[in-house]
Amino acid sequence: MIPYAFKYERAASLSEAERMIAQSAEAKLLAGGQTLVAAMKLRLARPSKLVDISGLKELRYIRVGNGSVSIGAATPHNEVATSADVVRAIPALAALAGLIGDPAVRHMGTIGGSVANNDPAADYPAAVLGLGASIVTTRRSIAADDFFKGMFETALADGEIIKEIVLPIPERAGYRKFPNPASRYALVGVFVAKTKSGVRVAVTGAAPCVFRVAAMETALRRSFAPEAIAQIVVSDEGMNSDIHASAEYRAHLVGVMARRAVADALR
Amino acid sequence: MTAVSMTVNGKRVSADAEDRTLLVYFLREQLRLTGTHIGCDTSQCGACVVHVNGRAVKSCSMFAVQAEGADVLTIEGLARDGKLHPVQEAFRDNHGLQCGFCTPGMIMTAIDMIRRKPKLDRPTIRHELEGNICRCTGYHNIVSAIEDAAKRMSGGQA
Repeated sequence: MIPYAFKYERAASLSEAERMIAQSAEAKLLAGGQTLVAAMKLRLARPSKLVDISGLKELRYIRVGNGSVSIGAATPHNEVATSADVVRAIPALAALAGLIGDPAVRHMGTIGGSVANNDPAADYPAAVLGLGASIVTTRRSIAADDFFKGMFETALADGEIIKEIVLPIPERAGYRKFPNPASRYALVGVFVAKTKSGVRVAVTGAAPCVFRVAAMETALRRSFAPEAIAQIVVSDEGMNSDIHASAEYRAHLVGVMARRAVADALR
Repeated sequence: MTAVSMTVNGKRVSADAEDRTLLVYFLREQLRLTGTHIGCDTSQCGACVVHVNGRAVKSCSMFAVQAEGADVLTIEGLARDGKLHPVQEAFRDNHGLQCGFCTPGMIMTAIDMIRRKPKLDRPTIRHELEGNICRCTGYHNIVSAIEDAAKRMSGGQA
């Protein structure tokens, strides 16, 4: 499979990447490329230019402090999955990163790329929304609740580059996904987090965009246990339906995965 | 066309490639290293796995220009002085292949997982093999081969 022709440029710094990306409306950032290159091979994407930011050291780090974990946008999934700091601070996040794709994908794919792409079935958006994280860009800081806008749509403006994701450390959290057996993307994935201020439940894979389940959050705030949400029926309205699973089945899986995620969080 | 230079199996190489040339085509067509296979169009099969700077990656999912200056290891770079790598040896001894098409990717993935996870049990090996598809074996002997290779490489068995 041969992609359309494009021009490749490797940025030596974040500011150079900003200049390079501003020069062409059809330019795209290349981080790990584990979604973009596959889309380009199938000729579903046709950027005129790729600005490679995967080598930028200034975007590759994991820092813990002030009650949160900050992860540089170009940090690959495998580094998050195996980071002793992440495993200690937010074990559910490390576990989630270890479930993305397969080992080769996790060596290349990055957190910034996954969040910017906002694939409806990607894992990271569930953690970012479930933890109430902030997405820090070259221009501002965006709350997760305001960031994910729709299928492959985010609040990012043209030429705006994600620098880091800041994830508050919860009291406890869990993530469960029912993976598509071929792609390992989530048919349904649920991230549950209990913090000082409340409970957040974020669902990926089920609908065109990651979303929260208010009824479950209210019930879990009263009692953080799988039984607390056993009676909650999630409507299948607006859910995805395809050859892999019907909307009705996905709605059912939201309940099952949420209960298992709560059980994991209590472990 | 851009001149792309990298180290492949310990040798400095340089060849012209378009920016859109995938690393796997660069290896197979420019360098004639056809041991790295292409088994799908969707980045899912893992037949093309090579090591770039010591990490297993799918060479169909990155461009050759991204590997400028990198250290690349392919299946052709494993045997030394006519002697197979312990993982290759273990695949042969355990009958870890039938048609052999997926084998280069399986072996490169296996070496990477043994390096990252010195203690490998069978469920872990299966989880680690999620990105490598085999249509012949049912994986059983591949798992056995990797388990065996991990033991040999840790010195637990001669």
